[in-house]
Amino acid sequence: MKLKLHIWRQKNAKSEGRMVTYDAPDVSTHMSFLEMLDVVNEGLIAKGEEPVAFDHDCREGVCGSCALMINGVAHGPQRGTTTCQLHMRQFKDGDEVFIEPWRAKAFPIVKDLVVDRSAFDRIIQAGGYVSVNTGGAQDANNLPISKESADQAMDAAQCIGCGACVAACKNASAMLFTSAKISHLGLLPQGQPERQRRALNMVQQMDKEGFGNCTNQFECEAVCPKEISVQFIARMNKDYLNASVCGPDPGKKAGGED
Amino acid sequence: MSWLKQTINSSVGAKSIVALTGLAMVGFVVGHLSGNLLVFGGPDAINGYAAWLRSKGALLWGARVGLVAITGLHIYFTIRLNLLNKRARPIAYAKKSYTRASFASRTMVLSGLLSLSYILFHLAHFTFRVTSPEIAALGHTDVYQMLILSFSSPLVAVTYIAAMVLLGLHLNHGLSSLFQTLGLNHSKYNPIIRSIGPVLGSLLAAGFMSIPVSIMLGILK
Repeated sequence: MKLKLHIWRQKNAKSEGRMVTYDAPDVSTHMSFLEMLDVVNEGLIAKGEEPVAFDHDCREGVCGSCALMINGVAHGPQRGTTTCQLHMRQFKDGDEVFIEPWRAKAFPIVKDLVVDRSAFDRIIQAGGYVSVNTGGAQDANNLPISKESADQAMDAAQCIGCGACVAACKNASAMLFTSAKISHLGLLPQGQPERQRRALNMVQQMDKEGFGNCTNQFECEAVCPKEISVQFIARMNKDYLNASVCGPDPGKKAGGED
Repeated sequence: MSWLKQTINSSVGAKSIVALTGLAMVGFVVGHLSGNLLVFGGPDAINGYAAWLRSKGALLWGARVGLVAITGLHIYFTIRLNLLNKRARPIAYAKKSYTRASFASRTMVLSGLLSLSYILFHLAHFTFRVTSPEIAALGHTDVYQMLILSFSSPLVAVTYIAAMVLLGLHLNHGLSSLFQTLGLNHSKYNPIIRSIGPVLGSLLAAGFMSIPVSIMLGILK
C-alpha cells in the first residue's frame, strides 16, 4: 500500500524544526511501524538525503525506547501497544500519517523524532529505590505480602518509562509515570521505610523538571502501552498529601543531623 | 512552615486546593439551591427564609467572606496551574487526537470563566441591584416578587438557564475529578465517584433552571 507521511524534521536541539512530507510507495501490511520507517530511510539514504532519526532498541515492546506520536495519538491507534509492535495493517492504502516526537518542555528534542527523556531518570533518582541492608540473606517468605498488593505492585512495575503518558497529556504531565514508580515500591513492605520521603522527593523532582499538572482527563491511561491505571495517580496524591502533612519536616535533616 | 509553602507550591498540593475549594463551593451551591426551591412553597416560605438569613448578621457575613475567599483561592490556583500547564508544552502538535477526554473536561477553563462572569452579573443583578432598578425598588423583603419580576424578562431568564448549563458542565467533570485529586480511587467506589459529577451536576443545574422555567410557563406567578 501507499502512504503519505508527514514527519517532523529537526537537525539538532538548537535548530528550528518543520513537518516534511514523504511518500512511502511500497508498504507491506506485515511491516511494523518502525520497519516501515526503516524502508523510508533506506530510500532517503539512496537519494543522498539525511535519514529520519528515531529512537528504538528492543523492538519487542519492553524497552520503552520507541516513542512516536502517530496521527495525534502516542504509539498510534492500537491500544496497549508500543510503536515498535504496531503493524502497518492498522493503516489503509492512501492514508496520510502524521509522525511527531513527544512534545514537552521537559523532553527536549535531540534530533528529528528523538527526545531526551533523562528527566524521567532524575525523577527515579530522587526516590525510586529501596534500602537494601547487607547481612545474611533472609528467608524468601518471611515478609508476608497480600496477593492484591503483589498484583497491584506488579501492575505499576510494568511501566517501561516510554513517556507516552506525558506525550498524550494536554498538560504534558508526568503523573502517571511518577505515580507508577512511587506505587510499585510503596505497595510492598520493602518500600515502606522510604515511602513518605519517596513521594515528597519524586513529586518535587517531577515539578522541577517542568512537567505540567494532571487535569484528570485520563488520556495517559488510554495510550499507555502497559495500560497502567490512573488509580496510581490517586495513590500518589494520597501518599504525597499524607507525607506533606504527617511526614518528615523539610526544614530538618534526617538521621539526627543538626 | 516551609512544609506548607512547599506543599502549596507543589503540583499535587495546588491541585488539592482546587479540589477542596471546589467541593466547598458545591456545598454552597447545594445550600443556595435548597433556599431557592422554597419559592415553590409560595411567597411566605421564601420571604421568611430570606428574613431568617438576614437576621443572622455576623454569621451571614462570615459565610460571605469565606465564600469569596474560597472562590478566590479556586480561581488563583487554577490560573497558576493552567499557566504551568501551558508552559509544559511550548510547541503544539501538528495533529492531536483525544482518545478519552470528555467534552466537559476539555472545556473546564471556558465553563469556569463563563460561570464566573455570570456570577458577577448575578450579584450585580440580585445582590447589588445595579443592573435592575425595578427590583431595587422592591426593597429586601419581597424575594418572591423579585424573582417573578426578574424572570419575566426573557433575556434574564435565558441568560440564567444558559449559565446553569455551564455550571452543570463544569460540575460534570469537576465533581468526579476532585476525588481522584484527593487520592480517592478504588474499584469499590469508582462507579459512584464517576457518576456523582454527571448526576449531581445535572440535578443542581435542573433544580436552578426549574425556577425561571416555572415563571416563564406561568406556574409561578
